[in-house]
Amino acid sequence: MLRFFLTRVALVIPTFVGITLLTFAMIRLVPGDPIELLAGERGVTPERHAELRASYGFDKPVLEQYWIYVNNILHGDLGNSIVTRQPVVNEFFTLFPATVELSICAMLFAVFIGLPVGVLAAVRRGSVFDHTVMGAALTGYSMPIFWWGLLLIIFFSGILGWTPVSGRISLLYFFEPVTGFMLIDSLLSGEDGAFTSAVSHLILPTIVLGTIPLAVIARQTRSAMLEVLGEDYVRTARAKGLAPRRVIGVHALRNALIPVITVIGLQVGVLFAGAVLTETIFSWPGIGKWLIDSISRRDYPSVQGGILLIATTVILVNLAVDLVYGLINPRIRYRR
Amino acid sequence: MNDTPSVAIDPVKNTASAPPKPIAEFWSYFKENRGALTGLYVFIAICLMAIFADFVAPHAPNQQYREFFLVPPFWQDGGSLQFLLGTDAVGRDIFSRLVYGARYSLIIGVIVVVLSLTLGIALGLIAAFFRGVTEISIMRMMDIMLALPSLLLAVVIVAILGPGLFNAMLAISIVYLPHLVRLTRAAAINELSKDYVTASRVSGAGPMRLMVISVLPNCMAPLIVQATLSFSSAILDAAALGFLGMGAQPPTPEWGTMLAEAREFVLRAWWVVTFPGIAILVTVLALNLLGDGLRDALDPKLKRQ
Repeated sequence: MLRFFLTRVALVIPTFVGITLLTFAMIRLVPGDPIELLAGERGVTPERHAELRASYGFDKPVLEQYWIYVNNILHGDLGNSIVTRQPVVNEFFTLFPATVELSICAMLFAVFIGLPVGVLAAVRRGSVFDHTVMGAALTGYSMPIFWWGLLLIIFFSGILGWTPVSGRISLLYFFEPVTGFMLIDSLLSGEDGAFTSAVSHLILPTIVLGTIPLAVIARQTRSAMLEVLGEDYVRTARAKGLAPRRVIGVHALRNALIPVITVIGLQVGVLFAGAVLTETIFSWPGIGKWLIDSISRRDYPSVQGGILLIATTVILVNLAVDLVYGLINPRIRYRR
Repeated sequence: MNDTPSVAIDPVKNTASAPPKPIAEFWSYFKENRGALTGLYVFIAICLMAIFADFVAPHAPNQQYREFFLVPPFWQDGGSLQFLLGTDAVGRDIFSRLVYGARYSLIIGVIVVVLSLTLGIALGLIAAFFRGVTEISIMRMMDIMLALPSLLLAVVIVAILGPGLFNAMLAISIVYLPHLVRLTRAAAINELSKDYVTASRVSGAGPMRLMVISVLPNCMAPLIVQATLSFSSAILDAAALGFLGMGAQPPTPEWGTMLAEAREFVLRAWWVVTFPGIAILVTVLALNLLGDGLRDALDPKLKRQ
């Protein structure tokens, strides 16, 4: 087990080094002089230009620059935003909880609907229910989620007036963030109606962001269940007279879950990409919107740091999924 | 569309007596799948619409009718048959823009698929043929690209190259490389261990001939499926980039860009927002149905079921 654990962790290191190379190269690949980009639109005197070059280390050999860059990363220094002059790391981690909160809700939404629906569709294979679910799943999978979000806004906010259009909580409520998670903070604040307001702001973004994972999970669960239901041990369990509920819930589902968990893990990247679009539609103050805003403001240190941190998160989550996978499936652990 | 997959059928199983022609066999499986057929017909209809846009569209895509701002579709009060699906905020006919927009989406799909398939197959074959450092460096590169969510990587590439339709297509093609490279490499390695490759090698075929003429045709089945699915994702991702202001720039009638322009009218004029999205959804859905059908018809493992 330890050996499996260590190999998986060791495999992450080259990928991480690659990511640092990519983000390091990024700011140098942007056409134009990096100093002029960093200095903004006002332009700089030649002396100031040289000074800035030295302060950013652009006058040193590239290898040394990279070494300094990696060294800074390992010390948690990703440079400062050009726009706010704040350390990129601070900006990122102030906004990160908003994205995490939204992503967790979207994932829960997807899993709690996708799993049972997928199981039912497999059990009632070929039924109207099965066809409906699979049709809906394919539609969800093909959905341009930025449009889906706008449609939901038209219907639920515009016509029915049930949900707010943007933000994380009504402007009427103001309290200091404790955890950064609005659902928890609004409860801690003790203000009347704050929690309800936070929930109502979360509903539409959750549905939008959860749609594609939901479709993928439902499809995957169905096909994994179909495969498992044809296995001998399921027939044995049925033959010895176990209740169908038990056969499906315990014997079949447990084994069908393995590929489903992989797929759920893979959705983390999808969630980040979806967060960019969802947060833009709902003006959700998370890292997706921040990244797009940073790009349009040409705030390259923020983009560079943001990409590095997002990639690191994805790598770590994938690693965690790999390890969990090894825990629940001994065949993976003992391979080779 | 129907003759391309002929090269993809595995020749090994055609050794039985009087085998059906590959195309006929493929079609007999494919036509069983009602969803895939529907997808194919819808896709053909969209292609025709794009080709004959000049005849289908009643108005020019960028023609502004200054006395008709935000006219609703014809079945609503205030709508008229002059503008079937209404007009947008500067008085352009939405239906005509959608018809011309189909051209952009199809061009995006074709260019992205051609670019990423060519590069992906080349890199994948090279990785499979020249093991060692070459393979490791190519595959590690792909792993690094996979660590970033594809849309995010595309956004970053566009940020470096600058916004625009061509750069968006380039970015999406690059982002799709890892899957294609992995698929090609896996399929090619599998083929390389077979006798016919050894035979060909023994009779003196060079690496180029082995790669392109012996091995590649037998790796095509999974690649064709992946290409169809990439086609639909490319349309979706290009629309997303357009929506974020990083793809096609206004006034191009690209569907995602149209949605971006329509965003501020979300609560005032539902039709400006609704129809471009339906166009994207229908096209992508048709292609995904088609892709699923192709996979079922081309994948020998699933044929038994």
